[in-house]
Amino acid sequence: MISRLSAVAFNTFREAVRDRVLYNLILFVLLLLAIAPLFGQISIGLERIILINVGLSAMSLFGIVIAILVGIGLVSREIDKKTLYTILSRPVRRWEFITGKYCGLVMTLTVNAVMMATGFYLALLITGHGWKAADAQLLIPIYFIILQFFIMTAITLLFSAFTTPVFSAIFAFSLFVIGTFSEDLRNFAALTQGFTKWLVTATSYLVPNFSSLNVISQAAHDVPVDGRLVVFNTLYALFYSIAAISAAVVIFERRNLK
Amino acid sequence: MPAVEIAGLTKSYTAGFFRQKRIVALQPLQLAIEEGETFGFLGPNGAGKTTTLKLLMGIVFPTAGSAKILGRDFRDPDVRKEIGFLPEQPYFYDYLSAPELLDYYAQLSGVSHAERRKRIPRLLEQTGLADAGRKQLRKFSKGMLQRVGIAQAIIHNPRVVFLDEPMSGLDPVGRREIRELILSLKQDGKTVFFSTHILSDAEALCDRVAVIHKGVLRGIGVVEDLKSQTADKSEIIWQGAQALATVSDKVSNSHVTGEVVRGVVDCAELDQLLEKLRREKARLISVTPLHGTLEDYFVAHTSEREAVRQ
Repeated sequence: MISRLSAVAFNTFREAVRDRVLYNLILFVLLLLAIAPLFGQISIGLERIILINVGLSAMSLFGIVIAILVGIGLVSREIDKKTLYTILSRPVRRWEFITGKYCGLVMTLTVNAVMMATGFYLALLITGHGWKAADAQLLIPIYFIILQFFIMTAITLLFSAFTTPVFSAIFAFSLFVIGTFSEDLRNFAALTQGFTKWLVTATSYLVPNFSSLNVISQAAHDVPVDGRLVVFNTLYALFYSIAAISAAVVIFERRNLK
Repeated sequence: MPAVEIAGLTKSYTAGFFRQKRIVALQPLQLAIEEGETFGFLGPNGAGKTTTLKLLMGIVFPTAGSAKILGRDFRDPDVRKEIGFLPEQPYFYDYLSAPELLDYYAQLSGVSHAERRKRIPRLLEQTGLADAGRKQLRKFSKGMLQRVGIAQAIIHNPRVVFLDEPMSGLDPVGRREIRELILSLKQDGKTVFFSTHILSDAEALCDRVAVIHKGVLRGIGVVEDLKSQTADKSEIIWQGAQALATVSDKVSNSHVTGEVVRGVVDCAELDQLLEKLRREKARLISVTPLHGTLEDYFVAHTSEREAVRQ
């Protein structure tokens, strides 16, 4: 089981690595980081804060875009091109295929995040303020960004298990946007009553809570992140991803392929 | 024990959004293929050949019925260690090279690392792909891709190999290469189940064939037996050219050489013709049934009239 799962995961990773679109996106982020110091020159004294905000937000956004763009094709492309036929005619269980695909894309995004984080730290050094102890704290928002990728990949995979790539992309990106404002949704629920309150509260808990996974602004202002939040977010990302992957497996197990 | 035993496998699906229509892609199918047999599954496009293979491979689920492969339920994923499959018009991961692709598929089939290192170069040699080296599959010709397809189907040394239209879209040289590969599988004692609508390939390779049309099995048997079923004419040779005038309405394609007459007669009219020749005092030399072709059988069993009769 492990060898089949890792074979699918490694092949997914290899496909993404050999895909030139992926390199273009990374290049774009690195360019963005390169021009970030220019913003600092406009806002004197705020250079570091702006660099952290722009750099980490770009990392998050581009990672999410990669997760969606690659994720929507993970299953549908294998069906359209019939490569899945030669996979399922082997002793590969459908859940192994889905889980392997998920692991492969998560592996790709993690490697990308590490590359982007390296570029980000280089940009911090280049801007001339030198190494600060607080810079190590920035690993926490970077870790949370990777957790966002875990959740987003699972969600995209779930949609791609039953709908077309275009709809998968629309649904996944919508969920990302709603999830980013999930905290506001909860605050809004507190102001409402009756069925609306119930509906908004349920929605706010159902969509991924990207609000609590976004501590970029806090980190930029050197405000320490609570250790309990790290544990909570890790468990949250783990359970949310497992739930989404399980749903994708349940759907895919019953699906008649073309 | 049959290598493949299909018991009433059926597939139907609904089409349309508002006015849903039920379409039967495969009527209950009964089929048994013995181990070591090369079996041809013939039928025109849309006959149900690919549906049958997709059902057996677990790509689509049957509406009813079951099947056994090597005595085990076809849905058991572990039985797939023993089978290889080449889909119709296959597309492979074009960013991989042939050795990478074979390594991937071998891993999925549970072949050990040491075994993979031995088998892959040997199989590339066997399928004529040794020169392809690290070239990515996107640069392969159709014939090379088909050979990669067969290689991936047998990389794990399966006992049963399913090939869906393996010669489709190939030029004569490509077809010949694939035919030779199938023959080598046969010589290795593997059970080969392949679907095709190229009858000459089926005739050259198969021990038995089945004909399917509109989801219904129309006939099954040894190629020679099926061909003889369509033999409704005989060649007749007799001595006595004077008799030809009285039997000319029953004999076609007649040739006279001296006193010897050679012609073709419908089997249904053979008795009457022999009677007349006796009365004319002609001496019968021979009556030889003319062999039908697999094409005759195929056309006879896939025509609309036959479909109505069934």
